[in-house]
Formats: sequence, structure tokens, C-alpha cells
Amino acid sequence: MKVASEVPRLDVQRLRADFPILDRKVHGKRLVYLDSAATTQKPEAVIEALSHYYRTFNANIHRGIHSLAEEATEAYEQTRRKVASFIGGVEPRSIIFTRNATEGLNLVAYAWGRHHVGSGDEILLTEMEHHSNLVPWMLLAREKGAVLKHIPITDEGELRLDCLSDLMTARTKVVSVTLVSNVLGTINPVREIADAAHRYGALMVVDGAQGVPHLPVDVRALDCDFLAFSGHKMLGPTGVGVLYGRPELLMNMEPFLGGGEMIREVRLDRATWNDIPWKFEAGTPNIADVVAFSAALDYLEAVGMDAVRAHEVELTGYGLERLLSLGWIKIYGPRDPDRRGGVLAFNDPEIHAHDLSTILDQYGIAIRAGHHCAQPLMRRLGAAATSRASFYLYNDRDDIDALVEALIAAGKYFGRNTRVHPAG
Amino acid sequence: MRAAHEMNASQAWERSRASLDVERIREDFPILKRRVHGKPLVYLDNAATSQKPKVVIDATHRYYSEENSNIHRGVHFLSEQATGAYEGARARVKRFLNASDAREILFVRGTTEGINLVARSYGRKFIQEGDDIIVSAMEHHSNIVPWQIVCEEVGARLRVIPMNDRGELLMEEYEKLLNERTKFVSVTHLSNALGTVNPVKQIIERAHRCGVPVLVDGAQAAPHVRVDVRDLDCDFYAFSGHKLFGPTGIGVLYGKASLLEAMPPYQGGGDMISAFTFAKTIYKVLPFKFEAGTPNIAGGVGLGAAIDYLDGIGLEAVAAYERELLAYATEALCTIQGLRIIGTAKEKAGVLSFVLDGVHAHDIGTILDRDGIAIRTGHHCAMPVMQRFGVPATARASLAFYNTREEVDALVAGIDKVREVFN
Amino acid sequence: MSDLRELYQEVILDHNKKPRNFRRLEGANATAEGYNPLCGDQITVYLELEGDVIRSISFQGAGCAISKASASMMTTSVKGKTRAEVEALFDRVHKMLTRELDTKVNSHELGKLAVLSGVCEFPARVKCASLAWHTLNAALEAKKEPVSTE
Repeated sequence: MKVASEVPRLDVQRLRADFPILDRKVHGKRLVYLDSAATTQKPEAVIEALSHYYRTFNANIHRGIHSLAEEATEAYEQTRRKVASFIGGVEPRSIIFTRNATEGLNLVAYAWGRHHVGSGDEILLTEMEHHSNLVPWMLLAREKGAVLKHIPITDEGELRLDCLSDLMTARTKVVSVTLVSNVLGTINPVREIADAAHRYGALMVVDGAQGVPHLPVDVRALDCDFLAFSGHKMLGPTGVGVLYGRPELLMNMEPFLGGGEMIREVRLDRATWNDIPWKFEAGTPNIADVVAFSAALDYLEAVGMDAVRAHEVELTGYGLERLLSLGWIKIYGPRDPDRRGGVLAFNDPEIHAHDLSTILDQYGIAIRAGHHCAQPLMRRLGAAATSRASFYLYNDRDDIDALVEALIAAGKYFGRNTRVHPAG
Repeated sequence: MRAAHEMNASQAWERSRASLDVERIREDFPILKRRVHGKPLVYLDNAATSQKPKVVIDATHRYYSEENSNIHRGVHFLSEQATGAYEGARARVKRFLNASDAREILFVRGTTEGINLVARSYGRKFIQEGDDIIVSAMEHHSNIVPWQIVCEEVGARLRVIPMNDRGELLMEEYEKLLNERTKFVSVTHLSNALGTVNPVKQIIERAHRCGVPVLVDGAQAAPHVRVDVRDLDCDFYAFSGHKLFGPTGIGVLYGKASLLEAMPPYQGGGDMISAFTFAKTIYKVLPFKFEAGTPNIAGGVGLGAAIDYLDGIGLEAVAAYERELLAYATEALCTIQGLRIIGTAKEKAGVLSFVLDGVHAHDIGTILDRDGIAIRTGHHCAMPVMQRFGVPATARASLAFYNTREEVDALVAGIDKVREVFN
Repeated sequence: MSDLRELYQEVILDHNKKPRNFRRLEGANATAEGYNPLCGDQITVYLELEGDVIRSISFQGAGCAISKASASMMTTSVKGKTRAEVEALFDRVHKMLTRELDTKVNSHELGKLAVLSGVCEFPARVKCASLAWHTLNAALEAKKEPVSTE
């Protein structure tokens, strides 16, 4: 992990000017957007790229030979190449466009899982997974009679790798782990788990929804077989996700959806499949949003993922310090900002997360409250719900200060008699 | 020669023109001002994807500039606004299709995904070994391959309604195919390769007599004819937003609530779960059971704007205008020597597939493109149709309500040029 | 911030802190579970029915202040009422929450429950306030599957 001094500091004020929505007011207050783990805001360049596409070269791709279709196809495929380079310079044919990370994980569980996981086989997950990395495997396990196992977590919210050797067996067929927890913020040691998985001949699947937008990611360094993530969580439009898969695996997999573009030949009694990645992209894809996603990747590359990460480490450290200084806030996940991403889940013991979120909203602060689609983790933490503030490159210390002030103010409504110490 | 049919059609033409001011409408579509190879764009590839009015582009732009947030799970203001915008779009779709309940409207990526969803979820639960699934000979691959996959997996059989040389389904053959083994019928409302409008109401009524549910592939029909799912009494209806002047990446699957409720989920993930433990899962109610993960929120919002736009013009006016334009184009193409139209059904809409003696469709496409004319050439993802008509490919001009007679004239002039090049 | 005061009134905070009838009901002859997936609220409603009349009612579960207070107040206001009376009351509560009912005019029909009227300014919270009522409904109808507030 690089330290902040080695990479340029972000000029957040300048970056914020690129995001039109950050100018808006909510309930008469400046919008303080701390919900980027749910979805990020979009820079003008992305919004404009989308409009530009529809205004100037919208056409269906691949199958057309007219100029618009060629331009659209080129823009679409260029994004694929850009994604391939963004995650460490892999082959473009290993990049499949999906709707979101959820669909990518479903694709693996369905198209790979149903042909390689049988009765009595084991699927190893963790206690901190999002439902999207649980339910597809649960559906698979139910259909095939396979067994789900989970790597437990410590009280600080880190994976207990000491349990790994007991959990892995010759029956383990696939290990699927999130790179960064959407609740705890924990950055998991994916490489170490991948090495263990591969020793047992199991596949390594990584849910990158919270990781790829915030950390420099190199799939070869992670040595994972599949990596799924969502465009809308990294400045891109909704409706675009990415599944990276090792080409040897993708080539030997059955398709996911049937339709146009994914076939080589169709007769009424049989069909043969197209090459990868198109075998997995049936029907007209989300061309416009894929093209606009390219602008999001450009934006992130220009800022630099090292700088994004360093900024979030700094901000998370500040956030942890300020929230803990209040004295009554319980924070979930690791305390060391170097071991976690910019996600802070917390609870006020006297105010339900949902009430807190409503109050904060009146102060213009957007956070999320609830189970964050990670109900098993909530049970492990013994919390029905938590509040969650999550950061991105457009957040700064002012946003955290606003959060802290509103948390103090919230106590008023619930009759807390607070004597607040200035930030230390 | 062309003057004659212009005279014949002129009265009807003037009538439909009166209800639809095409020059003003064209102003709404920024891309139509664009030039290609120095020529004004003549966009006749609407069956592949349609162009977008400014209101749709602006709706998405505004969504990201002012409201963007993840939906459903948030309490904060933006999340509520985004949820309202997305669910508002669902309500518009419900009205557009005249469905009885917004729960019956599922947002998917497009028609292809809608059909796959039904094939996988309904098909794998209710279709078994020895059962029959009926499709037609004019289906797009997206309404064949998902059923082939189901058939292979469960050991069912795919039966095919044949068609005549005009490209019309043989209804008496269809009735012969229906029997107690039939468990599903899936047919297109409007053929993308031939332009045939199928008698889907009749097809559905016959299937229902045998207790068989019917899916209608409405990818081509929804943008061009008024669809009333309750009048059709179809069990499922799928269409794509991007063919309906909306964004890419968003589509709709309508399903009768009773069927959707009986179906197992399709993809697992966030937002489709009500309560989850490792031992058991309670799925959410409709439609959320089928919408795992963050959906294409902005796409949904854009589709809502497209429906508003289309409603503003009126699908009846659109259909009438396009009918006249198709008649004009058909007559004009018929005058070209060596040109054969593939698909000459009595009930037809908006699609002109043709072959030209001695010229491959791709060459036609390339030469027309030089004149700024965008048509599609190839198998149109309907290889069985190509096989049926014994052609490797066709050239296809497909119309929308923003197309004009002048554009059809440009197409004809372009084809004349193709003939010159190849003579 | 006056809206917030409207929402989090003293009475609501009091019911949140000290929910009434917050226990398992021995001798219950009808129960139902309810979930609000939005914020993870979970509630069980216990009923002791005698013919058509709710003799006793209690609830358990975890939830936000709004859902808890709403549940607590519900238990105090339906005890001794018949099914038909409960149905009519739920209908009025629902109308109040969705602003179909003018509480200033009709507050007498709602009694103490009128303090929940501030919720209608917060559309995302309507589900929290109505969860207990939906669950009560399910218990009265002897529904086996847990109810959810979507």
C-alpha cells in the first residue's frame, strides 16, 4: 500500500466542479453525498458522453455496415479494451459487459457453476458477502445439492484466514469473496485466498463492486479467475457492469442467455455459439451506457487510482477519528484506514439507523441505513441495521464535519444531553 | 411510373400527414441533422434501433445531473426522488401496455433478456421431458435459442409453425401442432425480417383453449402498433426500450401476476430478497423478485420519457403514417428491376426486406452508406427465415414515423446507383 | 427542522423508549411476522382472540423509532376491538399516512394515533409506520408467510 506522500493529493474542490449534482441543495442545505457505496455521482464528461452518443452516432452494433453502426461498434469495443487495460492489461476478449456486478456473479454461478458443481461439492464464501455474492450460489447449491461454507470474521471484521485450511477440502469447487466489504470496508487478502483455492483446484471468484472503483486493481496480481464489478459505482452510468473471466474458462462455458449476437449459426433444431466475449452478450447490449462508461474510466485514469486510494485512506482516517471522538458512536470494521476502504458503517446506540438517516437527510446529508443487502453479516454483528457513510474522490473533510455536526444535532431529537468536545 | 401510385396514395397520405407533422417531429431528433459522408443522414435502420428524441436524451441528462442515486433501499431525499422517477416509469409502461397492475411490469435489459427470463424461470419449472414448445418459422434468434436451451435441458421438443411464401403463418398447421403435449407458445408480434404482423390474438386464443400460456415477442411491434395486453390476453409480452425511442439497456417483460408469482427467481442478489438467512430466503414481492442488483435506473427514466413522447404523438397516428409510407416505399421498390421483396404478407408494418439480382446485400449496404443512407444487411438474427426463403442475406430498410417520402426516394435512387455500379 | 419535530414527537419517542405490550404473549392463538426490508425492521405480533374480539395483543421485534412507536400505539388502541373495528381503524391510519385523510379535521377518528401524522411528510417512512398494522392484519387472517411492506 502506498502512503499518501508518494502520490499527488487530490484537488477535491476542482474535482467537485465536474459533478453537476453536487451543486444542488437538499431541503435548502448543501448536498453532502455520502452514499457512493450505493451509487456514485457522475462527472459532466460521463453525462455528456451519453447525450453525445444519442445525438451523434446512436446505432445498433456489430451487425451493421452503415457508418453509424460502425462508429457505435468501435466506441463500444473501445470501452472493452479500456476496461481490459484498467484492470491490469488483460485480453479484451476476457471482458464481458453485464448489467451490473450482480449479473456477473449470477453468470458465473449459472454458466460455470451448473456444469462444474455437483452434489456434495462445496462452495466457500465469507460471512461478509453482499446478497449478490450469496444468493446466486445458494440457488446453485440448492439445485445441485452442494454445500455452502463461510469463512468467519473476527470481531474487527477481518476474515479469519486461520480457518481457511479447515474449510478447504478436495470437494471445494469454487471460492467467492468480496474484495472490499460494502459494510465493514475491510479489504480482503484476495491473493492469499486465491492461492489457497488454486492449491485445491478450486476457482477463485472476486466480487469487485466495492473494490475496483476505489483501489488500483490488477487481476493478474490477484490471480483470480473471475472478477465482477459495476459501472455505476465508479462514475459510470447505471445498467453497465463488467465480468472479467479467464479466457480458457469462458471458452469452455455454456452461454448464459440465448439470443442474437451470441450465436454463430441457428437452425430451427440447433445452434452453435459465437466466440467470447460475444457468446455471453445476447441481444442488443446497453451500447450507450457502455460508451459513456468509457468516459468514467478516462476520468479515473486521469485522476489516478493511486491518488483516489490515498485520498480515501486520508479521509477514512479522519472520519474514524471524528466519529470515535463523539464517544457514543459504534463503528464496525477495522480501525486502521490502511486496511479498509472508504466505507464507514456505524450505529448510535440510542437512535435507530433508519431514524438517523431521516434526520441527517434534513441536513442535506445522504447516507444509507439498513442491512445493506448483507443480512448474514448483520446477524454476525448483532445489529438489525447500521448507518453507512461512504466516500469517493469528490468528498472532503468538510463533508465529514457536516456529518459529525448532524450526528450531534440528531441527539437533540431523541433527548440526548450532549456535551460535545471539539474535534480532536 | 412513380407518379401514378403517388396519385393513388395521395389522399390517404395527406390525411396521415395532417395528423402527424413530420417536419416538426424531425426537429425533435438531434441526430437527424447529422451528415454522413457529406450527405444528410437517411436513417432507415429503425428495426435495429431507433433514434432518440431530445426529451429522452434530456431526461437521462437531467437524471444524472439532478437526481441520481440508488433506489429502494435509501431513506435520503435523492434516493426517494430516484425511486419515484424509476417507479414512475414503471407506471407509464403499465399504462402504455394497458396492464392491470404495475407489479406485472418487470424491467429487464431488453426483449432478449425478457424471453430468457421466461424460458429459464417458467420453462425449467413447468416444462418437462416429452413436452412441446411451439415457436414460429419467422422468429428472431432471441425467441428461438432460449427455447432450444430449455428443450435440450429438460428433454422437450421445439415445434415450428410454418409460413407460406408471402411470409404468413399457416394457422391451420398451428392448430395441428397444438395438443396435450404443448406446454408453451412463443411467437413474434411483428417479424423483424419480413415485416409480417401476426394474428397474435388468434394464436393466443387457440393456445388458451388448450390451457397453454403464450409469450409475445413485441420487440418490433411495440414501437409501431398499439399494444393492449389485456385485449390480447397474452401471458407474457416483451419489448426493448431502445427500439421504442428510449435508451439502450432497458426493456420490459410484462407477465400475468399469477404466473410471475408461481415462477422461481431468475437472478439472485440485492433488492430481490426480503429476508435472508443461510437456511432460508424469502423473496420480495413482484416485481422486485425479478430485479436483482442495481437496475438500469437512468434507462428506466429515459424509457418513461420515450413513452410520454410517443403518447404525445399517438400510436394510432404513428401506425397510420407508417402504413402510408410503407405502401409508398413498397410501390417504389417494386419498380426497380431485379429487386425482389422478401415478405409480402397482407398484414405488414414498417419493414422492407429485399434482394437484388446479382448483388449481395452487404454491397448494397456499403454503397447506400456512401450516400448517407443507413439500412441493415445480413440475416437479421433470423437465419431460419433466410433458410426458408433460400437467400443468404437480405437488405432491410425499416421505417419510423420520422422518415419521409423524400428519404424513400433517396433509397430508391441509391439502389438505382447500386445497379449502375454492378452493371 | 420543524418537520423533524413533527415526526419525532415526544409521544413517539416515549413509545420508542418504553414500548407498551412489548413481550411474547402467553396464550396467544394467532401470530404473524412482518419485515420491512428497507431498514431491516422485523416484528412479531401476538393476538389472543376471543371470537371476533381482540382480548389481548403484544409484539416483539427490532426496528426504528417510527415502526416501534407505531406498533406500541397500535397495541394500545386495538385491544378490545372487533375485527371490523380494527379494519376500519387501519384504513384510517393508512389514509392518514398517505395523506388521503385530513388529520386536522378527522383527528377524533384516530385518537392518539394522530401523532403519527407527521410521517406523511416522509414518504420513505410510511412503510415503517404501517408495518405493525400489516402484520396485525396477517395475524387476523392467519397468514403463514411473513408479510413484507413492499
